[in-house]
Amino acid sequence: MADDVTAPAAASSATSTVARSAGRAKARPADRRPGGGRDERGAARGRAGVWRKRAEIALFVTPALALLVAFVVVPVATAAQMSLYRWKGFGPMVDFVGLRNYVSVLTNEVFTDALVHNLIIVVGSILLQLPLGLAIALLLNRRMWGQGLLRTIIFVPYVLAEVIAGVVWFQLLQPQYGVIDTMLEAVGLQGPDQGFLGTPEYALWTVLVVLTWKYLGLAVILFLAGLQGVPEELYEAAQLDGASWWQVQRRITVPLLGPTMRTWGFLSMIGSLQLFDMVWILTGGGPANATTTMATFLVNEGTKRQNFGIAGAASVVLFVVALILAVAYQQFVLRRDNDDAPRRRARRAPKEVER
Amino acid sequence: MRGATAVALGTTVALLAAACAGQGTANQPDSSEDADASTITWWHNSNTGDGKKYYEEVAADFEAEHEGVTVEISAMDHEDMLTKLDAAFQAGDSPDVFMERGGGELADHVEAGLLKDISEPAADTISTLDAYMPGFQVDGASYALPFSIGVVGFWYNKALFSEAGIEKTPTTMEDLYAAFDKLDKAGIVPVSVGAGDKWPAAHYWYYNVIRECSAETLDAAIADVDYSDPCFVKAGEDLEELIATEPFNKGFLTTPSQSGATSASGLLATGKVAMELAGHWEPGVMQGLTEDGSGLGDDTGWFPYPSIPGQQGTEFAQMGGGDAWAVSQGAPDVAVEFAQYLLSDEVQKGFAELDMGLPTNPTASSAVSDPALAELLEVRDGAPEIQLYLDTLLGTSVGGAMNDEIALLFAGEATPQDVVDAVQSAADAEQ
Repeated sequence: MADDVTAPAAASSATSTVARSAGRAKARPADRRPGGGRDERGAARGRAGVWRKRAEIALFVTPALALLVAFVVVPVATAAQMSLYRWKGFGPMVDFVGLRNYVSVLTNEVFTDALVHNLIIVVGSILLQLPLGLAIALLLNRRMWGQGLLRTIIFVPYVLAEVIAGVVWFQLLQPQYGVIDTMLEAVGLQGPDQGFLGTPEYALWTVLVVLTWKYLGLAVILFLAGLQGVPEELYEAAQLDGASWWQVQRRITVPLLGPTMRTWGFLSMIGSLQLFDMVWILTGGGPANATTTMATFLVNEGTKRQNFGIAGAASVVLFVVALILAVAYQQFVLRRDNDDAPRRRARRAPKEVER
Repeated sequence: MRGATAVALGTTVALLAAACAGQGTANQPDSSEDADASTITWWHNSNTGDGKKYYEEVAADFEAEHEGVTVEISAMDHEDMLTKLDAAFQAGDSPDVFMERGGGELADHVEAGLLKDISEPAADTISTLDAYMPGFQVDGASYALPFSIGVVGFWYNKALFSEAGIEKTPTTMEDLYAAFDKLDKAGIVPVSVGAGDKWPAAHYWYYNVIRECSAETLDAAIADVDYSDPCFVKAGEDLEELIATEPFNKGFLTTPSQSGATSASGLLATGKVAMELAGHWEPGVMQGLTEDGSGLGDDTGWFPYPSIPGQQGTEFAQMGGGDAWAVSQGAPDVAVEFAQYLLSDEVQKGFAELDMGLPTNPTASSAVSDPALAELLEVRDGAPEIQLYLDTLLGTSVGGAMNDEIALLFAGEATPQDVVDAVQSAADAEQ
C-alpha cells in the first residue's frame, strides 16, 4: 500500500543516478588504461578532459541537488533543530530543552501506540495484500474474456485520490445511515452499535480493510508486470514434464516473481510507515486514539497544538524508524536481488524505472 | 559499495518520509516596521457576498475620513486566513490589523512581541467593551478589540421537541435528562456531538467546569497552574453521568462537527437529532448544509446550558468567545484608529444588520435580525460573566491535551481525574 508512489520512484531514480555515476567513475580509468603511454600533451588533454567531465557532472547534478537540498535536506535539518527547542511556531527559537522533547515523545503512550499501529499496518497490509494480490494477478494472467476490463477495475481504487476514496468510505461506513450498515440490516445482521469506525476495537481493522481495497490494485499491477517477465518456455517445459497448474505456479511463477514481490513489499512498508491521509479522513486518529499513526501524531502536535518541538522530535523518530526498517529490508530481503547476476539486474532495472 | 547503495537508498526513502514532517522556519520576527505609515493592511474572513462588500465600503469610508491613508484589504476563507497568519507570524511579516481569538493564543503572541499594546490609544473603545475584555488582556494591558462575541448553548429543533411533548426548554440538568427520556420514547435521537473533532465534545466539560467551579477558583487555578480543586473532577463526573444516559448520535466518537450531512450540525439540520451544543455559528453552518439553504428555518431554537444543582459557579454565567481586531507591533498608529473605527456604532450596526456576527457594541445589539440569534444575544448581554472557551483560554498546547483527554472520556477510556491530570501535566510542561 504505497502511500505515495512518487517518493519511492524518486528514491529509485536517485539510486540509479548513483549507480550510473559510479559506473562512469569506474569506466574512466578503464579508458585511460590504453593511453598509459601518452606524451605530456596527451596527459594535459586528459586532465582537461577530467575537469570537463567534472564540470559536466556538476552542471547536470546541481539542479537536482539544489532541489533536494531545498526541499528535503533543509526541512529535515530544521525538524531536527526544532526537536531540541520548545517553540510555538512564532517568535525566535531560543528555548533550548536538549533531549527533553524526545523523552516526552518516547514516553507518550499515544506515540508508542501510534508506532504499534504503524507496525500492525506494515505487517497487516503485507499479510493481506500479498496472497490476495498474487491470487488475483495469477487469475488475471490467464487468457479469459474481459481480462482488460477486470484489470482496469482492480486498478481503479489505486487511481482514485486518497481524499476522495477516504470520504466515500467514511460515508459508506456511517453507522445507522451508511450503506454498509443498511446492507447488513437487510440480511438480518447488525453492525457495531457505534459503527465500524466509531468502535475503538474495530477501527484499526476497518482502516486496514479500506487500505487493502485502496492499494491492492498496485500489488496486482506490479505482480502482473512481473509475470510478463517469466519466460514462456519455462511453462512449456514444465507442461512437457507433466507438471500440474499448481506445481507450475508454486515452482516456477512464484519463485521468479520473488524480486517483484520483494520490491512491492518495500514500497508497501514505506507507505504504511508514512500512512496519514486515509486515517486522517476516516477517523482523525480516533476513536480514543485507536487509529493514530506516527504521522497523525506529529501533525496533531505540530499544527494543532503548536508544540513544534514535540512534533520535530516525533518526526526525527519517524525518520529513524523508517531508516532502520528500510536499511534492514535492503540488507536482509532485497540483498538477494542485489547480489544477483549482473545480467538479471540489468534486466530488472528498466522495469523499476517504468514504475 | 553495495551496502553503501542500500544505505543510500534507505536514507533517501527515510529522508523523504521525514521531509514532509519538518517544515517551518525559525525566522526572527523583525517586527516589520512599516516604512509607509499611511498604508494599513487588513486581513479578515468575510470573503463572500454582502459581508465582503460591506467591509470594502467601511475601508473606503475610513480612507475618505483620513486623507492619505490607504487600506489594503485581504479577504480570505477562515482556514486559509489562519494558515497565512501562522506563516506571517513565522516570517515576522504580520498584517497591520487582523483577527485574534484571545486567551492563551493571544498571550503567546504578546510574549513573542507580535501585538501592539493598545490600552492607551484605544482606551475609550475599550471602556465600552468591559465585559468582553478579560480574554484579550495580558497583565492588565489590552491587545485586541473584540467585535463579535457569541455564547455556546443548545440549538434545538422546535418541531421535534413538540413532537416529543417537551413544552419548556430545560433549565437544569434534571430537565435535560427528562427531555432526553421523552425524545428517546418518541424514537428521536436526542443530541448530536462532533466528538471526532474533539472540541465540540470538550465544550460539555468546559460548561461543567464553569458551573461547578467559581470564577475565582478557575482564575486562581490558571494563574497558579494548580488544578487540584475538586470542582474540576466534579465537572468530569457530571459529564460521565450525562454520557451514561446515552443521548448521542450513533458513532459520535468519529462524527465531525460541521462538514457534510452526517456531521453533528448536518444531523441537526436534517432533523435526524433534536439538539446540539454549539456556538453562534450554528444557524449559518446549518444553512450551508441544507439544500434549500435555510437550515432548520423557523424550527431553529436556542436555550442556554442548564445549571447544575449545588454548583459553585455563578448562575447564568455563559461560555463563549469570538473574534477581536488586533494591531501588530510594527503597524502605523493610524491602524489603531482603524481598529477603533471598526468598533464604532455605525460600523457595528451595519455588521449586525447583515448578520455577520454578534456585535459587542451595545448600541448595535438591537440591529440583529435573526430571531434565534437575538435570543442568544439577550442571554449573552444578561450574563454576569462570559468565560472564554477553555481551550482558547489555556492556549493550543494545553487546550489540545485537554480536548484529547475529554474525547477519551467520551469513549469511556479516561476518568474525570485523567482529564484533570492531562491539563495539569500539559500546563506544567509549559512552565
